[in-house]
Amino acid sequence: MVDLAHDLSVGHSSRLVAGLKRGGARLWIGVALVGILLLVSLLAPLIAPHDPIEQDLMSAQLPPAWINGGEPAYPFGTDSLGRCVLSRLIYSARTAVVVALIAASLAAVIGIAFGLIAGSFGGWVDQLTSRLIDVWMAFPPVLLSIVLAAVIGAGLTSVIAAIVVVDWTRFARVVRAETMTQLRRDYAAAARVIGLSRGGIMWLEILPNLVPLTVTLLAVEMGIAILVEVILSFVGISVAGDTPTWGGMIAEGRQIVHQAPWIMALPIGCIILSVIGFNLLGDGLRLLLDPVQRR
Amino acid sequence: MTDILLRTGSLSFAYPERAGLFRRPVPREVVKRVDLAVPRGSVLGLVGESGSGKTTLGRLLVRLLKPTSGGIQFDGVEISRLSEAEMRPLRSRIQMIFQDPQSSLNPRLRLGIILTRPLQVHGRLKGRRDRRDQAAALLDLVGLPTGFIDRYPHELSGGQRQRAGIARALALEPDFIVADEIVSGLDVSTQAHILLLLRELRARLGLTLVFISHDLSVVRVLCDDVAILHRGEVVEYGPVTRIFSAPQHAYTRQLLSAIPLPDVEPGWLDDASPIVIPHQQGSAA
Amino acid sequence: MTPALFIQGLRVTIGAGTSAANVLRGVSLELQPGEVRGLVGESGAGKSMLGRAVLGLLPANAAIAAGRIAFEGRDLLAMREPERRSLLGRRIALIPQDPMTSLNPVKRIGAQVAILLRHHLASSRRAALQRAAELLAEVAIREPERVLGLYPHEISGGMRQRVLIAMAFACDPSLVIADEPTTALDVTVQRQVLQLVERLRQRHGAAVLFVTHDLGVVAKICRTMTVLHAGRVLEEGETAHVLARPGHPYTRALLAATPRADRPAEALRPVPPSLIENLWSEAHQFDRLAAAGPA
Repeated sequence: MVDLAHDLSVGHSSRLVAGLKRGGARLWIGVALVGILLLVSLLAPLIAPHDPIEQDLMSAQLPPAWINGGEPAYPFGTDSLGRCVLSRLIYSARTAVVVALIAASLAAVIGIAFGLIAGSFGGWVDQLTSRLIDVWMAFPPVLLSIVLAAVIGAGLTSVIAAIVVVDWTRFARVVRAETMTQLRRDYAAAARVIGLSRGGIMWLEILPNLVPLTVTLLAVEMGIAILVEVILSFVGISVAGDTPTWGGMIAEGRQIVHQAPWIMALPIGCIILSVIGFNLLGDGLRLLLDPVQRR
Repeated sequence: MTDILLRTGSLSFAYPERAGLFRRPVPREVVKRVDLAVPRGSVLGLVGESGSGKTTLGRLLVRLLKPTSGGIQFDGVEISRLSEAEMRPLRSRIQMIFQDPQSSLNPRLRLGIILTRPLQVHGRLKGRRDRRDQAAALLDLVGLPTGFIDRYPHELSGGQRQRAGIARALALEPDFIVADEIVSGLDVSTQAHILLLLRELRARLGLTLVFISHDLSVVRVLCDDVAILHRGEVVEYGPVTRIFSAPQHAYTRQLLSAIPLPDVEPGWLDDASPIVIPHQQGSAA
Repeated sequence: MTPALFIQGLRVTIGAGTSAANVLRGVSLELQPGEVRGLVGESGAGKSMLGRAVLGLLPANAAIAAGRIAFEGRDLLAMREPERRSLLGRRIALIPQDPMTSLNPVKRIGAQVAILLRHHLASSRRAALQRAAELLAEVAIREPERVLGLYPHEISGGMRQRVLIAMAFACDPSLVIADEPTTALDVTVQRQVLQLVERLRQRHGAAVLFVTHDLGVVAKICRTMTVLHAGRVLEEGETAHVLARPGHPYTRALLAATPRADRPAEALRPVPPSLIENLWSEAHQFDRLAAAGPA
């Protein structure tokens, strides 16, 4: 066959390799940063040098070990109550990761469901969903979370609930638009011609095409969830008082920023690295998962 | 009397189109009172330029669209008013090959899945092993190597993709296939292969085809009858030899004379035919 | 007489390093003033790439590895960028393939034609608009003044292509590269567009390099033709001669594979796969030679 003459010989393994190549440095840096974050939070009890809530008022506000006056026992120094900053950072990562994973996943599930329904049914169902999303998005998200936290009470659950309630719209909007785009393509018509039902088309044909998009969005959403958790714990309506959080640490460090700037600087650094990590991971995954170069 | 597999009676279709935000939607008729009769085992060519309604007509015949008025009888059964669910059992007998295989093959599925999806939907697959066997048989049928089972559509050339599109349409062993502009995006050399493949399959499997094209020369290769469409209406309809040897309608003659044959013909460019192109855009190109 | 276009041993590669691939493999071509030459080939033949190389519009990952391109005796490749750019659109013009995307959708037709005239001919605004109307009249557009005030989406595809032809001939170029200008058009419209190109060419005395995959179009508008495959010239000569007595088996095969409305179905002969395979292995042999020693 003429059209077979110059075919691309692509095997299984080379396809994965090609995907990883497409992902590039972004993918690797993202994987590394997020990987470290996950490992640290998973192994917190093993790698933290101290109990994060153990106070030692005799050695309060010690500088990091490498600065004059620091002690090797407290690599990142201590806060005003003499608690080990490194240990607190490590345990805070746990809170952040739990919130990021659970809240982002729940928001994704709810959002994708709404998006698929709106996108596939169209008509008044779509109108209703779209208007709901519009109204929803008109609320300032952080304010909404604060109000919500105030109503259900502070705690990990309310932080997660707040994020889910606010951020499902992000998924719903994008999934709705993408579903509509995909349904207009001929493969959806072809699926109807072979007799697939609406549900079947959604599940077997459209959903696989939403994977790159939603995975990317999920990674980015995890970064956003971390930021929201930081804000809520900064204003003190996140988890219970003695559980360490990055936001809480920033709030405490803020009062003594002139005497001990590292107490505030270090959690901020952790936050920035985590969010960058999730964003790069999202970008990299999109390139990895989307073999069909979009035009 | 010949055995007619598909017959349409005064088939019409209109898109609702809003003239303005607060005006009532004005229907725009794109297929107008079309009467066709396709004998079993024959190939009907539907020829028209952009805006002729040929693609819409094709989609009506496979009931991707519901006619505004008129009827479609498939093997004696009136299908024009059937609901999506009522159509489903008939789907295995009526298939379609799409113009652009880039868009009609799901980019995220492997060929093995795409080709056997019709069998899966109609409960004709017996497990994983059977799926691979069936996919391999289909690939073989259209002249693709069986190793393509694990390929994604974007890893194929244009001609190969179109072969895959044909294989999918054949999976359910349908009686009737609508082929919509299936060679228009292909190179000349590939195009000839696809046309001859379709000719061979038609003879071997006894297919009844409606072959939609903008290109009269392509139609000649494959079709027994031709219907010329112009602005949603059939302006001429008859056996292919008659249409080519003695075209009756002025539009058919215009269409035939506009085809540039690969022969040097001085004066072809001077002979300006009085075709009027409307200023405003009528429909999507 | 100095040829309008002179190309010698042109080799263009795409990609860099080890993945670099030849798309043009030593193409030589000559176009006399006023000559219309058809550049025929299937996809992947490199015919559009040749046109782009002349215009200096190669994609970012493509590069000229060897060869010479001279316009009216002046070496285009050795020319400084500003000088070269002053030739484009004025002395060397392009009729693009896609009339849909080649016009700016948010600017009126008049503004787009006028800016060309003002840029190259330094016309005043008034004079430019008046000349634009004349140009549209020249391509048989009725009520040109009214059309000048319209946006591209408000006119048909055939009309858009006429506007682009008018723009190509606006500054009396001596070389026009027509890149598949009728591929997207209906046959009846195609004929009119071909008629227009021929009429304008005669009036303005330009040489035209007509890139197309359609042997029929070549037969009607080109006096000479060049058959390209895998970036190599397989055959060239007078169109009448080449089509009546093709010298290369590939040209013969292409002619036999072209469906003809005036011949019965049995006359159709697909291109033998072995022929294409041979041509590709010849092309790859060229690559090996080019890689072994500098061309």
